[in-house]
Amino acid sequence: MTPAAAARVLVIGVGNPDRGDDGIGPLVVRQLLGRVSSDVAILERSGDALALIDDWEGRDAVILVDAAAPGGTPGSIHRIDLLRDALPPELSLSSTHGFGVAEAVGLADALDLLPAQVIAFAVEGANFDPGAPISPQVAAVTGEVARRVAAELRCMGQQLAGEADHA
Amino acid sequence: MATKTIRVDYIARVEGEGALDLTIKDGRATSAKLKIFEPPRLFEALLRGRGFAEAPDITARICGICPVAYQMSSVHAMEQALGVTVDGQLRELRRLLYCGEWIESHALHVVMLHAPDFLGFQDGIQMAAKHGDAVRGGLALKKIGNELMRVIGGREIHPVNVRVGGFYRVPRRMEFAPVEEQLKHARDLAIATVRWVATFPFPDYERDYEFVSLCHPGEYPINEGRVVSNHGLDIAVDDYDSEFEERHVAHSTALQSVLKRRGSYLVGPLARYNLNFDRLPADVQSLAREVGLGPVCRNPFKSIIVRGLELVYACDEALRIIAAYEAPDEPSVKCEPRAGVGHGCTEAPRGILYHRYEIAGDGSIVTARIAAPTSQNQACIEEDLCEVANQSLELSDDALRDRCEQTIRNYDPCISCSCHFLKLSVQRS
Repeated sequence: MTPAAAARVLVIGVGNPDRGDDGIGPLVVRQLLGRVSSDVAILERSGDALALIDDWEGRDAVILVDAAAPGGTPGSIHRIDLLRDALPPELSLSSTHGFGVAEAVGLADALDLLPAQVIAFAVEGANFDPGAPISPQVAAVTGEVARRVAAELRCMGQQLAGEADHA
Repeated sequence: MATKTIRVDYIARVEGEGALDLTIKDGRATSAKLKIFEPPRLFEALLRGRGFAEAPDITARICGICPVAYQMSSVHAMEQALGVTVDGQLRELRRLLYCGEWIESHALHVVMLHAPDFLGFQDGIQMAAKHGDAVRGGLALKKIGNELMRVIGGREIHPVNVRVGGFYRVPRRMEFAPVEEQLKHARDLAIATVRWVATFPFPDYERDYEFVSLCHPGEYPINEGRVVSNHGLDIAVDDYDSEFEERHVAHSTALQSVLKRRGSYLVGPLARYNLNFDRLPADVQSLAREVGLGPVCRNPFKSIIVRGLELVYACDEALRIIAAYEAPDEPSVKCEPRAGVGHGCTEAPRGILYHRYEIAGDGSIVTARIAAPTSQNQACIEEDLCEVANQSLELSDDALRDRCEQTIRNYDPCISCSCHFLKLSVQRS
């Protein structure tokens, strides 16, 4: 099996599972574990920009799954091409750390460390309290977000196990 | 009397949440309040009733930047209470783990958080476009510090391998081979960083601080030593409470620590350097002189150079320890519970971190007390702010606000540790 370090494509679930809906990123990527080819690595990260840049250095493409600030519709899913589209301020991907995803893109861009593609799936959260469980409206879209990440991977030429018929 | 207010609601590029109110009356800064409004975190209370062995893992959660400092101060305190001594290669391994934390914490602060102040950038990301090599160097240093922590601690943030009495598992000699090579590169990067930051423009500002740090007869202080100052303090860690006290101030959720007899004092790289210059290896002393620093530096803005020198030292020291490393036969010394009191004090990247525990006969914690470096520096920061503002009153409000934030960042404050970050309000009349 190709080591994660050598995989061409990276899927990162960003967030803290102990902070309510901030845990949606890790929850989604766990659904993809064991289903992706050796060309795809799956990681869970807290969202610290410097660690993210380390992770995606040398990759062709990165897909991030992260929670977004509450926008009135918990569980709504936004796809953002981070290299083409500005991150909508109202979505400010919620990081419990000082440097978040937007800062990681900015810093990697300044240092010429950006992969050719960086796609984010942002899920609007409702509750980010320490120790809180994930909200039912957010938990309910976990499967849908995982399907959309899988579709994105297919667009990148990455087949997932057990879905050849849908290719 | 008219009063002018300049307000910083949230101070950026520090760990945690706080604000600053600066009042200027009749052309003089009369008060500076570093307002720490992050909710109290109550760690000392939640430690009560927990087992002595849980302290390093619970207290590590106080901070994501300096968890090793919390682990080290807690294990030293517990071992004293239990009558256990940890020495030899286990002691060296602890020092090596701490070097990793100094490297990752100092690299982050010097390059990403503090340097933008001197070069007029809003943040490290803006600065990266113009100073890419320096930023890449800083990030590489941080990564190598993290790697050292991972090899010994199991992971880079909140290491899981530290226990009272030593470690759960000790690395084999060969496990250090990759990081040893990286550290040689890190040392070169650290030297380049020192030479780079030494070219920055520094405000002409000095003060007669009381510097407080650990002091050890044979080494630059990290894990062990007496608590000393340049104003005559020289005490065992056990006597900390006889000389220091924590006071509550209304504008802060962090307690402010002061010397009972003399008030504010300064802890951190500047204090360590000034009190232990002769314990630095000749090559680090020589580099200090090359960039214009003597054995004493009283300009807090130049703390960025001293942090750089400590980066070089931490790389040197890590390489020395690895070169002499032989895996100990046992990963830890056996610790049996007994009633007692223990004190621990180690040098977190931002200054001394004191822990005191009283434990019961069954090993449960009866009381816990933790004095974080930022609590200890808070009074000193407020005094600096008043004096720096008085020297800078000709500046515009925006420039004055920037200078005040820079003054705070001289201390690399970890507000989360002291209780979390900053809001500046300047009042002028």
